[in-house]
Amino acid sequence: MSNLFNIDIVNPEQSFLSKDNVFEVVIPAVEGEIGILKDHIPIISFLKPGIIRVFSESEEQNFYVEDGIVEFKDNTLSVLTSSIFDLKDADKNFVSESISSAEAELSKDNIDDQKRFLLNHKVEVLKSISIN
Amino acid sequence: MPSLDDLRKRITSVKSTQKITKAMKMVAAAKLRKAQENAEKGRPYSEKMNNVILNLSKSITDKENAPKLLVGTGEEKVHLCIVLTADRGLCGGFNTNIIKKAKSYFEKIISENKTLKIITVGSKGYDQLKRQYKSYIVENISFKESKNINYFDADKVGKIIIEKFEKNEFDVCAIFYNKFKNVITQIPQEQQIVPLNEDKDDNDDSGNDNDYEFEPDEDEILSNLLPKNISTQIFKAMLENSASEQGSRMTAMDNATRNAGELVDRLTIEYNRSRQAAITKELIEIISGAESL
Repeated sequence: MSNLFNIDIVNPEQSFLSKDNVFEVVIPAVEGEIGILKDHIPIISFLKPGIIRVFSESEEQNFYVEDGIVEFKDNTLSVLTSSIFDLKDADKNFVSESISSAEAELSKDNIDDQKRFLLNHKVEVLKSISIN
Repeated sequence: MPSLDDLRKRITSVKSTQKITKAMKMVAAAKLRKAQENAEKGRPYSEKMNNVILNLSKSITDKENAPKLLVGTGEEKVHLCIVLTADRGLCGGFNTNIIKKAKSYFEKIISENKTLKIITVGSKGYDQLKRQYKSYIVENISFKESKNINYFDADKVGKIIIEKFEKNEFDVCAIFYNKFKNVITQIPQEQQIVPLNEDKDDNDDSGNDNDYEFEPDEDEILSNLLPKNISTQIFKAMLENSASEQGSRMTAMDNATRNAGELVDRLTIEYNRSRQAAITKELIEIISGAESL
């Protein structure tokens, strides 16, 4: 029996990725990373800045996302996000720009704890990308 | 009776107008293809978003404490209308149709003694509405500078709406745009986005679908998701609008080109006739002059 399922990543402009041969996807959900395998129970959650790892038979793909919603149902994982890029073609300038804009945001006084947490996290993830 | 010279000038002028409209038609046709592609590519996102929200709202049992963006404020005194139009003219009835639809809605609101607030997106809408509804327009947004429709712009509009909602500045929000059916038909649409209208037709397949796991709980997901949904709906409307605009411009310019062609034909016949008449007149003069000798 196969242990594969489908993944659809869409952003508002277009369908970003659509595959039917993945066996594991790790998503950075807001309360911690979730690994999803076939026949996971239906779940809806949303994302914090982080890296989506898609493991298919032939390859492993990594995507950076900033926010989004995931829905898993009937062995189809749908990821809705407005900001996503493949780590392979990450633009160094864009990453460092995002880091500095997030840090600038952090230095403001009027942000609440949750936002501070998300921003800190974003900086962390982006920095780890720029090192690699 | 216009002189031969006048006729010649008119023919040239109509011909050059025809050239312009023809060029505009071709440009619109090229842009239409792109806009249509974009609209199609954008569809999965808004569809999935709708599905998720539908599933979520089904599983919410505590309707009283549900996010206000979903169920509304409980009142409907202040209506906020977002009118999405084009930034350019010369596209047939495109802008006028949206405005007409919006105006009839405005009149209804005003006659019911409710408060009306208008946000116009696109400069043509503002131009047409400012005369009559100047005092109701609270904001006027235009994305003239951005070449393509992007989610970032839609998100800006969405944020304005959310901000106003959080300040309790309105109870009900509706958007007006043209839905792209095909190149000749665009249907002006009125869509309510706050509170969210639940689709009554989808109730059939409910029942055992409600076994979702939520992380964190439903309320938190919903309050995170609903603002995004507003931006998504605006984005969808903007995509449909741009496809409609190009389609509408293409048909309008096609008609204009054809009309110009007809006009040229008619003027040419008139020109030839009056030239012939002048020649005949001269001949008669010469012949009668010769006969009298």
